[in-house]
Amino acid sequence: MTATLPRQATDRHTARPSARAAALPGLPGLPGLSGLLGGARKVAQALATPLVPADYLDLIDPMRAGADLRGRIVDVTPETADSATLTIKPGRGWRGHTPGQYIRIGVDIDGVRHWRAYSLTHRAGTPDGHLTITPKAIPDGVVSNHLVRRTTPGTMVMLDQATGDFTLPRELPRKALFLTAGSGITPVMGMLRNHLDELPDVVQIHCAPTESDVMFREELRSYAAASRLTLHENLDDVAGVLDLASLDALVPDWRERETWVCGPTGLLDAAEAHWAAAGVSDLLHVERFRPSVVEPGEGGTVTFERASVTVDADGSTPILDAGESAGVLMPSGCRMGICFGCVVTMREGAVRDLRTGDITATDENSGDVRIQTCINAAAGPCHLDL
Amino acid sequence: MTLAPERPTSLNSRLRVDSDAPRPQRPELKKSGRPNPASHLTPEQIEEIGRELDALRAEVMDSRGARDAAYIRKVITTQRYLEMGSRAALLFSGVKVRGIRPMWWIGTAGLSVAKILENMEIGHNVMHGQWDWMRDPKIHSTAWEWDNASPASQWKHAHNEIHHTFTNVLGRDNDLGYGILRVDEDQRWSLFYLFQPIWHVGNALIFEYSIAAYDLELGSYVAKKNRMSPEQKAEFKKNADEVLAKIKRQATKDYVVHPAMAAATFTGSGRHTLTANIVANLVRNLWTNTVIICGHFPPGIETFEKTSIEGETRGEWYLRQMLGSGNIAGSKAMHVMTGNLSHQIEHHLFPDMPSNRYAEIAPRIRDLMERYDLKYVTGSLPKQAASVYWKVVALSLPPKREGTTRRATVWKAARKALRGKGGGGRRY
Repeated sequence: MTATLPRQATDRHTARPSARAAALPGLPGLPGLSGLLGGARKVAQALATPLVPADYLDLIDPMRAGADLRGRIVDVTPETADSATLTIKPGRGWRGHTPGQYIRIGVDIDGVRHWRAYSLTHRAGTPDGHLTITPKAIPDGVVSNHLVRRTTPGTMVMLDQATGDFTLPRELPRKALFLTAGSGITPVMGMLRNHLDELPDVVQIHCAPTESDVMFREELRSYAAASRLTLHENLDDVAGVLDLASLDALVPDWRERETWVCGPTGLLDAAEAHWAAAGVSDLLHVERFRPSVVEPGEGGTVTFERASVTVDADGSTPILDAGESAGVLMPSGCRMGICFGCVVTMREGAVRDLRTGDITATDENSGDVRIQTCINAAAGPCHLDL
Repeated sequence: MTLAPERPTSLNSRLRVDSDAPRPQRPELKKSGRPNPASHLTPEQIEEIGRELDALRAEVMDSRGARDAAYIRKVITTQRYLEMGSRAALLFSGVKVRGIRPMWWIGTAGLSVAKILENMEIGHNVMHGQWDWMRDPKIHSTAWEWDNASPASQWKHAHNEIHHTFTNVLGRDNDLGYGILRVDEDQRWSLFYLFQPIWHVGNALIFEYSIAAYDLELGSYVAKKNRMSPEQKAEFKKNADEVLAKIKRQATKDYVVHPAMAAATFTGSGRHTLTANIVANLVRNLWTNTVIICGHFPPGIETFEKTSIEGETRGEWYLRQMLGSGNIAGSKAMHVMTGNLSHQIEHHLFPDMPSNRYAEIAPRIRDLMERYDLKYVTGSLPKQAASVYWKVVALSLPPKREGTTRRATVWKAARKALRGKGGGGRRY
């Protein structure tokens, strides 16, 4: 087995009460109150050690302000045959978002926590404060299939605050073009639902294999019917994959439009080239969503980042041995996989368990993973935090 | 860029069930003259045992899932509610109703159980990495700290690494008698052991502190202080400071802050909360000690010589774990309260397997051992614990030797000690 852990490793057990109290912002004019709060915090820490007060408070109210951000799924509504909108009630620590941004969601599947990023699609500022994401199930996608097909209301998930710069500028463009394919519509839907009324001139081009694959189809068409935007649906099975050369006919003034593109890598690459060729790259915003997965191989270069050492390790040498023979100071223990004394953080890479052949690899969303170096060999280039 | 050697010589032989050089057949007798319990097995059979256990491990590890995750979360939630409830009850532990203090009894019982659960089924097992596969940063071997005097980092080194790798190897596994008990005939007798029934009971009562001292290797520091390098001394100092800070936090919580909270209810509960915490820690110490001595000390469990593990393969390591551990039979509740260390044999074979799975593989391990004519040691808690207590008394005396009496051996050692010739020192 390989020890793995996402980047959000908590520091709760090592947090010292004094450090917490010192971090408390001083309240000018009310030194007594700030001292009192700091004191109460210290007492709470002393009561809870070796845990922290949050460990107990989380039992009672996991959604409270100050807790690690969580959410409860309150509704799951199918959009198409392979996508669904999940409505999530976020914890009170939720700081809101700018339409177009995404969140990372941590969901336990078969007992294992997986993190993935999804664009926020809801209209902000509604009284219930709920947010929505609309995942599309991709073939063999563990998380997307779970979210779309097997998630039930009531499920608790872990959340991160919204992030991403695929958003509208403060000063809204007079003319906008949204070019999307498949689930690439989701961040744009977030923008349309929140800002369509403020955008005077919007063209939306959306590509999907068939009509029934078009996410938010009714809503998009109703916007078009109300003349709030111009909609071009490109159904690949009927019209073929969209050729950007046809833009001149579809949207003659596309060179003047501030443009947002989101979809498969092929579309993004083509758009970047097309806009560059027209000399209007500065009008183009691109959102890339494909996780970069490390393809496992046999052996590879192992980089010990802090030691600035890189070694070539074959597929049968434990990373521990490879590191030690290159002079890296490696934490170690039993050297047979039972004591977990050699666990280190792998920033990026893939490793193979020498006992079982199991592969552990990083991807963009999982972030770092922790591995036992004594029973894992390189299965591709690896970067270790050592 | 430097090139790592093709196959480093340091590669641990325990990573494989087979080996490049043929493994030796085990001798009929151990060096001590006692029979070798595995002499009837050929190296090929041991390799086969290794393969079978590897396959069993893979089968269980591959089937870990939501059911297991729900189990550990339920245990953790239950333990935390139990602790909070008990501590709340103790706020009124001074209130007398018809001559007794009901809240003291309820709170003390609850807190004792909560501390035992926290140490055994949760702390010990989480720190073994049994739940790392969930990728939950809160239930992870690298993040967990437990309600015990020994800091997690030092416990993990002494227990996960030393004890689990060198299980029951004389001179390598300090858990074998914790350096203060003679629990195996093959441990050499010295005068120190004459009083070991006292050491044993004392050790059980203050078990959390003796574990801390033992994880810190305090004994070896005292013995070797003068021969240690400045770096080794600095390392010891750093670890000692860490232990003292942990003990201070633990003691402040149990013996100062919680009693102070109770005193603030003005029900005269401060003093009673203090005694409740003392009793709960004592109960926890006695219980954990009782469970742990049943794991490796009862009769029928084997010890091993240092030389017997040279070049040990994974199969041979498995074999040693099976012969060097013993189980406790009992109810489901008993298994949970022991942190499933009642399945010591299964735990020692697969220390990183989720503890809730040991019961399910136990019949298959027993079957395997019986097929290979190996003794699966098990018995009820009272039976196993009593057998260890009896052993501690019996082995406090030197072994019978021809041409002399035990009494003469004891006198000789005592006279030597009195003359300052080190007869009282402990050694194997």
